[in-house]
Amino acid sequence: MTEGLALRHISVHFGGLTALDDISLDVPPGAVVGVIGPNGAGKTTLFNVVCGFVRPETGTMTLDGQPLRPRPQQLTRLGIARTLQGIGQFSGLTVLENVMAGAGRDARTGVLSALFSMPRTDRDEHRLRDAAMSALRTCGVAEYAAARPDGLPYAVRKRVGLARALVARPRILLLDEPAGGLGAQEIDELATLISGLHCSVLVVEHHMDLVMSICDRILVLDFGKQVAIGTPTEVSADPAVAEAYLGADAGQPQ
Amino acid sequence: MSMLRERAAATPATTQASPGRPRVWFRLAVTVAAALLIVLLTYVLPPFRTYQLATVGAYLCVTAGLTVLIGRNGQLSLGHGALMATGAYTLALTQNALAGDDFAAPGWALAVSVLAAVAVTTVAGAVVGLAAARLRGPYLAGLTLAVAVVVPSVTSTFDSVFNSDQGLPVVLNPPPGTVPMERWQAWLAWAGALLTMLLLTGLTGSRFGRDMAAVRDDETAARLAGIDVARTQVLAFVVSAACAGLGGALFALLAQSVSPGAFPLTLSLFLLMAVVIGGLGSLAGAAWGALLLVALPALAQSAGERAGSARLEGNLALAVFGVVLIVVMLAAPGGIQGALRRLGHTRPVREVARLIRHPKGGT
Repeated sequence: MTEGLALRHISVHFGGLTALDDISLDVPPGAVVGVIGPNGAGKTTLFNVVCGFVRPETGTMTLDGQPLRPRPQQLTRLGIARTLQGIGQFSGLTVLENVMAGAGRDARTGVLSALFSMPRTDRDEHRLRDAAMSALRTCGVAEYAAARPDGLPYAVRKRVGLARALVARPRILLLDEPAGGLGAQEIDELATLISGLHCSVLVVEHHMDLVMSICDRILVLDFGKQVAIGTPTEVSADPAVAEAYLGADAGQPQ
Repeated sequence: MSMLRERAAATPATTQASPGRPRVWFRLAVTVAAALLIVLLTYVLPPFRTYQLATVGAYLCVTAGLTVLIGRNGQLSLGHGALMATGAYTLALTQNALAGDDFAAPGWALAVSVLAAVAVTTVAGAVVGLAAARLRGPYLAGLTLAVAVVVPSVTSTFDSVFNSDQGLPVVLNPPPGTVPMERWQAWLAWAGALLTMLLLTGLTGSRFGRDMAAVRDDETAARLAGIDVARTQVLAFVVSAACAGLGGALFALLAQSVSPGAFPLTLSLFLLMAVVIGGLGSLAGAAWGALLLVALPALAQSAGERAGSARLEGNLALAVFGVVLIVVMLAAPGGIQGALRRLGHTRPVREVARLIRHPKGGT
């Protein structure tokens, strides 16, 4: 039995396009695994497979040895949380409420209790509120709790998205381009934050420095195929990787 | 749709401490105060005004549910008039069945009939809601529009039960003691309305209200946050349908009759316009909507009479609503309640409000 998340021989086609071709990947507990590759390599499709937005035609997934057939709204119950590439925030809610929205699995009371304003519902709200504040603090954005996300700087909003994923207390965290649109210093802070998390991380990222510094293992994709897999040192030394991806862009991370 | 979403979210960003949801005792106090005010009004106002007040209460049940559905959850419904009709007919049939031949129902019959009306409309809302949860934008509008068109015509298809265009009489026992009928009707209507408001503020202040807003703002992000989008949408639809059913039942009690003519397609459109003008951002907007639903047609009618044209009657109200809708959208995109709230964000008003809500200071 493999512990953590395991993907075996996953293939996905969109019409004639091969998005993923026989991909296998392990995310063991506590590991930080990176997925890199040029645009259109299949990175996001891989995430969508794990989240249940896309069903693979062949291949299997297991979570701690159990078969995994994910549905997006049940992911957090399985211990998997994902941030979105864009912002993906609820503009009608405050930052705190945005994060509380991700903590629903901790709530114990139902609709009737809410309708009749039972004290149990209030206790639920307090518990969710505390969990959300703590996640905001972990991400260093607690001071924005009462603000609406729309007016906030991009870096703060990305942190809020991260806090919403973390508040579900995931065992496996999927980060979709967490450094996109961030400055150099913000990326350094993000690296420290990710390294300090007590969960496995699967990260899709263009920013090579970040990937190389935080990942234990890296999967390199190109046109849906696995080009290389290994430690950062192994991957960067692999001539196939240099040819497929690093070649022209090696010196200028996006 | 997107316009409605923006309207609902049109509140300025603030770094002030979030007030969270008003505490139960605060909402109970507001409810009791409102109830006292209503009782007082029913003693002060002449019978016709009291009847209009009762109508506002019946409308408030419907507009409150619709505000949750459209404002909170971002689902559009053009069919709430039909859901009102469902509630009204259920009440009529139950009440008349319980009354028997002597045309006087036992004392408990009214409660049973109203509950039956709410229950049947809730089931109807669940059926429509399940379909609605799979539809978006214009398709959702189309489905609910079809409901609004079809339901009244059911009465002529099954005319042995519903008595076609003539409709049904509704048994309403004489009020207890020496209370005049209008006053009794106003009490009944507002008991329903205030209960609806109390329950809905409880719901929207809980995680279910938050889930509804999350689904409205970004469905993909909501799913990834662990929110069951379809279930949340069905819940919003069912809750608003139950409210419409209660409103319809109260209408039947006010008119003491039901007929398909009382629930035309334009009623659904009026309801929609009223909640948008009232303000979709909060339940308080629903109260303005309910008030307008009674006041604007009455104003239009008296204006029409003064103009001396019988043809204008009925159509003028729709035109007035349309004009008011355009003016309010241009002048105050958040509706009446949104405009008042912006006024409330001026410093002195805010300080007073906070003192009332949290006398001990802080949240």
